[in-house]
Amino acid sequence: MNQRVRLSLLVVQIFVLTLMIALLGRLFYLQVAAAPRYKDAALSIQSRDVINPAIRGLIVDSSGIPLALNRVGLAITVDRITVDKQPDKGVSVLAKVSSLLGLSYTDVYRATRLCGELPKYDKAGCWTGSRYQPIPITKEADPAIALQIVERTNEYPGIDATPVAIRNYPGYAGVNAAHELGYVGPVTEEDLSGKNGRSYYRSETIGKTGLELQYDEYLRGKPGIRTVIVDRKESITRESQNTQPVGGNHLVTSLDVRLQAGVESALADAVRRARGSGYPADSGAAVVMDIRNGQILAMASYPTYDPNAWEKGLSVADAKALFSEKNNVPALSRPLQGLFAPASTFKSVSVVAAANAGYNLNATYNCPSETQIGNRAFQNFDSKALGRINLKKGIAVSCDTLWYQIAYDEWVRDGGLKPKSNPNDYFFKAAQGFQVDKKTEIDLPSELSGRLPDREWRKKWYAANKDFYCNYKDRAKKSQLTPFLIELARENCLDGDKIRAGDAVNFSIGQGDTVITPLKLTQMYAAIGNGGKILRPSIAKAIVSTDGKIIKKFGAKQLGTLPATPATLKFLEGALREVITAGTGTGAFAGFPIAISGKTGTAQVFGKNANGTLKADTSWFASYGPTQNPRYAVVMMVSQGGFGASVSGVGVRKIYETLFGVTGSRIDPAKAIFPDGRPPVKIPKISPATKLREDQ
Amino acid sequence: MSSLTSRSIYLRRSRTSVFAGFDPILTGAVAALLVIGTLLVYAATRDWYAANGLDPQYYLKRHVLNILIGVLLAWGTTIIDYRLLRAYTPILWGLGVLGLIIVLIPGLGAEVNGAKAWIALPGGFQIQPAELAKISIIVGMSMILSERTHDSNEPNTRDVLQALIVAGIPVIFILMQPDMGTVFIISAAVVTIIAVSGASSRWVVALLLIAVIGAFGATKAGVINSYQVNRLQSFVNPNADTQGSGYQLRQARITVGSGGLFGTGLFDGPQTNGRFVPEQQTDFIFTVAGEQLGFVGSAGIVLLYLIILMRAFAIARRTNDPYGRLVATGVTAWFAFQIFENIGMTLGLMPMTGVPLPFLSYGGSSMFATLIGFGLLQNVHARHRG
Repeated sequence: MNQRVRLSLLVVQIFVLTLMIALLGRLFYLQVAAAPRYKDAALSIQSRDVINPAIRGLIVDSSGIPLALNRVGLAITVDRITVDKQPDKGVSVLAKVSSLLGLSYTDVYRATRLCGELPKYDKAGCWTGSRYQPIPITKEADPAIALQIVERTNEYPGIDATPVAIRNYPGYAGVNAAHELGYVGPVTEEDLSGKNGRSYYRSETIGKTGLELQYDEYLRGKPGIRTVIVDRKESITRESQNTQPVGGNHLVTSLDVRLQAGVESALADAVRRARGSGYPADSGAAVVMDIRNGQILAMASYPTYDPNAWEKGLSVADAKALFSEKNNVPALSRPLQGLFAPASTFKSVSVVAAANAGYNLNATYNCPSETQIGNRAFQNFDSKALGRINLKKGIAVSCDTLWYQIAYDEWVRDGGLKPKSNPNDYFFKAAQGFQVDKKTEIDLPSELSGRLPDREWRKKWYAANKDFYCNYKDRAKKSQLTPFLIELARENCLDGDKIRAGDAVNFSIGQGDTVITPLKLTQMYAAIGNGGKILRPSIAKAIVSTDGKIIKKFGAKQLGTLPATPATLKFLEGALREVITAGTGTGAFAGFPIAISGKTGTAQVFGKNANGTLKADTSWFASYGPTQNPRYAVVMMVSQGGFGASVSGVGVRKIYETLFGVTGSRIDPAKAIFPDGRPPVKIPKISPATKLREDQ
Repeated sequence: MSSLTSRSIYLRRSRTSVFAGFDPILTGAVAALLVIGTLLVYAATRDWYAANGLDPQYYLKRHVLNILIGVLLAWGTTIIDYRLLRAYTPILWGLGVLGLIIVLIPGLGAEVNGAKAWIALPGGFQIQPAELAKISIIVGMSMILSERTHDSNEPNTRDVLQALIVAGIPVIFILMQPDMGTVFIISAAVVTIIAVSGASSRWVVALLLIAVIGAFGATKAGVINSYQVNRLQSFVNPNADTQGSGYQLRQARITVGSGGLFGTGLFDGPQTNGRFVPEQQTDFIFTVAGEQLGFVGSAGIVLLYLIILMRAFAIARRTNDPYGRLVATGVTAWFAFQIFENIGMTLGLMPMTGVPLPFLSYGGSSMFATLIGFGLLQNVHARHRG
């Protein structure tokens, strides 16, 4: 063997040695250095979680009466593993069970498909859980039909019947509270993406809105998880973990079932009365709040819907109806999502503004039938001239023109259309002090904040709308090209960024661009009644575990203080009492045995209804009581309901009647919602069996 | 010759059994791999077959049978006389080419995974002529390059060209199947044989260049079918395709990586038992070792291969006979590149090609061929004085 051959052989040998070392190096990387990553990857390939949902916690009222509980339903389920092994992939058995249950085959087919199995653009109705758990096609099967399926397993292979928990809102005392309670539903892909900062398991039932959503993490509990190891054919080879579900905690609310029912019927009654007087009365809201701690004792929204509709199975048409304008959008929670001009109820803010501006609250002011502001005459409500009256009387009879004068004078003092660099803005500042533009921070999702059209807001508004108004004839729809609107656009283009005299005077009587929610007004009047504390409204009182331990208590939170001196508040309290004794609220509260303080409001609304009629006034009544020792703030609003006093004022009286156990002019303390005069403080014992005492 | 080698000669001469001449280290390493391979094939198939209501020992039994036949072939190859082997070389080569032609005839060849590489035999058996063609090429080339018809000590151009024709004809048929993995392994062995034959080193350089250009051109010109291109591309970007060959490569890597340092224990790998890696008793047998035996076990297997290869190089170096040296070198190169291609594919270092892992993979043709190769090494070793 010559040297060259020997060398060639050595080179080949070294090359081969290098290749083997490369393999060892790569092996070391995969199995030692990067092993944790690959172990995770392998686990996600092999393991499948089967979720056993926890029993959801109850939602109860302040005395322990259930508002939301769990009912046993009979679910008919499909086992995909079995069904898929059938020669026709389960087509015949699914068709058979669909016709037996009276369901459409397409719906059943879709309900048993994993979301990934349906095309991207058409996933409606898909199963969000896993293939390894029985998939329910109905939760409300007739027991006789269920029995038929269970007895003839060979005719229905892969189909089973099993009892399941269904969320149920029992509606004791006729209570609805749909907007406050919310509803539950299956986890969606979007929920699973973690966008809302919460983590869920597939096929869990979760809170979708209302308290069910707000306190979902407490109510939901912890599902049991059975992890199985599967092979490539997705057959289960073994079980790797199996944890039992932990039931969700209960939520104790400050709501009272009987008061809630009473408030709901008072609101519905107010809407009926308004409609009886020829008003559209499209919607309404009513709120009862404990003014000492902000707890919401009752809150109603009109129109409403059946909170059980979701679990019963909502058809597409039902779902659309919930959001249709024609039905006045029943899904909308008016107390916290309805924005309306507060009208004269806002004069409480103006009183604080005037007092802070140095006006003598005990002096007399002129209340003519109209006040000339620039080239425009602003009418008094009903164009009545009342002559010189004191301010208290002015509030009681709801004089507008005296406020026009004060607001106009202040506007001029602040520089008018050429505002001073540091204007006093007493009216805007008083409104800011009442936190008109802030949310009430109630513990419910999707609250809207009001609008305070101060100088800053107007500048922002102008920047956003300048182009539209300055090119109105090109930008506006044909129907918007009326002489009045064209003139309005011209004015808006010209000086829409400034507070004009008209804006200033409108602001003083709660008209113009100011809008607030009924709940915000409740918070404002509660603050007047409690000596100036702006409290965060709350519904949750406590979280109680399944074994009765109090896990968390929710306390009162003060968000601010009214910008009013004790003297101003004292004056305001007197004026609001006089509204009832000798003012716009007298009729509504005639003969009522308990002293109440309040304010009517009748807000003009611009625009037209779908049928072409002009929008009717918003009817408001904001109050607190009893006057001597205020405990409750009660507010009602009926949109397009007409007069404040006759619609909402009477509605609020009915709420007080329920609250205090009043019939006519007689108080029956035994019939009062809170017999000892105050809402319960003690956290009640919780049991799904707690029933309303019918003798009350 | 060193005194150590003299002593070993002396020792071997003193034996009289039929196993006389067997290199104990080489034999021990091969025997260890055969035992490990048997366990791995069983581990790869037992649970799946049991779960699907089939005989869990189906593959185990057939694998043991293959080994027994293979060992007989190896023994026969070892004891056969050199001159006889040389005399039979043209016949062996001709049979190999004939087999390669038969697989291409529709109706006779069975197509699996897009390649016509198998001849189906009665009783569910199949043979893969390309495996046996490797041996034909190695012995054929070795014969031509070691026999001198001229005065020169080294093979001249004519010898090299003849040798390339001997290799080229079967390679063309294998390309037509197509079985790129086998072509790669044979090409590497051919270049190695020529390099060690003493032929001008320009040949080696030229052949390497042709191999590179050929591989590039074949991909571009579409000689490689889309199945092959997919497999090559999924090597470059394994995450591109979740169910095809990229899926297989990724599953293979996850399976090996999840084994960690010590593995999940023999018969106890969820990736293997869930059969997430396809072909795991044949081409992807190494994933079973990776998952169940961990780094310790799979590195041990690589070390056993290293021992075999280094012993094989020693055999090639020690023999005085040019024919024996070229045969030993050819077999060594074949083993080395096939091991590297197979494990490299499993670990994501090489593109996916369907080549089995010598001594470990389930599969009769491959088992017979590699054990015959082992027999050739022993044969050269036993008669190293020429």
